[in-house]
Amino acid sequence: MTALDPPDNPPDGDPGRRPAARGPRRTAPDHAACAPTLSRETQWMMAVRDQRDRTAFAALFDHFAPRLKGFVIRSGIPAAKAEEVVQDVMLTIWRKADQFDPHRAQVSAWIYQIARNRQIDVMRRDGRPMPEELREDPGTEPDASQILAVEQEARQLKSALTRLNAEQRDVIEKAYLGELSHQQISDQTGLPLGTIKSRIRLGLNRLRHELKDLKP
Amino acid sequence: MSVTHHHIPDSMLAAYAAGTLPQAFAVVVATHVSMCSLCRAALGAHEAVGGAVLELQDQVAVSDGLKSNVLDLLDAPFAPTTAPARNGIYPGPVVEAMKGRAPRWKTLGMGVRQDILFGQKDGSLRLLYIPPGQAVPDHGHNGLELTLVLQGSFSDETGQFGVGDVEVADETLEHTPVADAGDPCICLAATDAPLRFRALAPRLLQPLFRI
Ligand SMILES: [Zn+2]
Repeated sequence: MTALDPPDNPPDGDPGRRPAARGPRRTAPDHAACAPTLSRETQWMMAVRDQRDRTAFAALFDHFAPRLKGFVIRSGIPAAKAEEVVQDVMLTIWRKADQFDPHRAQVSAWIYQIARNRQIDVMRRDGRPMPEELREDPGTEPDASQILAVEQEARQLKSALTRLNAEQRDVIEKAYLGELSHQQISDQTGLPLGTIKSRIRLGLNRLRHELKDLKP
Repeated sequence: MSVTHHHIPDSMLAAYAAGTLPQAFAVVVATHVSMCSLCRAALGAHEAVGGAVLELQDQVAVSDGLKSNVLDLLDAPFAPTTAPARNGIYPGPVVEAMKGRAPRWKTLGMGVRQDILFGQKDGSLRLLYIPPGQAVPDHGHNGLELTLVLQGSFSDETGQFGVGDVEVADETLEHTPVADAGDPCICLAATDAPLRFRALAPRLLQPLFRI
């Protein structure tokens, strides 16, 4: 399956992705060296994490809250309850910001799993069991090339999704919105999941880097 | 990190990311991901697809007051939650499923023991303890069974399974896992249907033993 394979060139015509000096940050960022090429969302998230920057959080809210509301309603939570979930997700973003690691996850991927967790809490008795957390050493230097690679992969995935035909895209959306069982996902032989192989390699490189000192 | 050779199927990682796996399977996935870099990276990739789906979602305007509500709550006290840490051979998600207690082994005969962590209508989760050289009695499967090795290893017709490895068995697999020499084999086993233990208990006794 190749439908989600990355395009040869990153997509053009997305002016929101050329942030340069447009971010709302009021203080000089620690990551100034790599900041000009990071997406706005990542810059906002890092400002929330590192400076507890409320303006940056407000910008994240403006970007994600309407998308989260659409996502939550589409996932089967009544509209009346949806804003409660959006509020909980946004507060979790603020409270757990120290767990955001741009080397491993792009902002939307990190928020996606927070949103799914919250929806699972709302919809059934047991919360979702979570893997042990990996923590970086506090002194770890940011690796700009890894952060940028994660961002680029996220952009390519998004662009690849928009190029799927309606039927394929609907299946992907259903799978990741929680409308399909694992058996149904597995039965979708046409589901272009094979595609995320390069994203897996990217994540694995980082994990090998982080885990190399760990003994079994 | 041990080197694992038997991983979680991709469709299950996707369903775990989306939160649609039955709870017993989800504990096994979370446990394996805690032990396996490859599947942790693969899960990260599925979450990246989920993130792209979120980004492309049709936007629905939120009510006027929501943003100021949220901003007002940023300083509100909250109880931080931390994921449970590993305890000995038991990774964090197993510790959580055991609710922090030690295993309560119940003998099944032949030195084989189990501790049922929970049984629900959509599946059950238990720990198995198998002495070296001992076979887990032959059983067929009504549904799907995931068996993850926490200590020691076992072998069956399909191969050898060491610490971190997961065997996925469905109705079509008639297999006889045998614990290898060395430490007793301790496994985390999840099913989405009651097991039929042919050698141990007549079917009528199943409700009694909850196996
Ligand atoms: Zn694995």
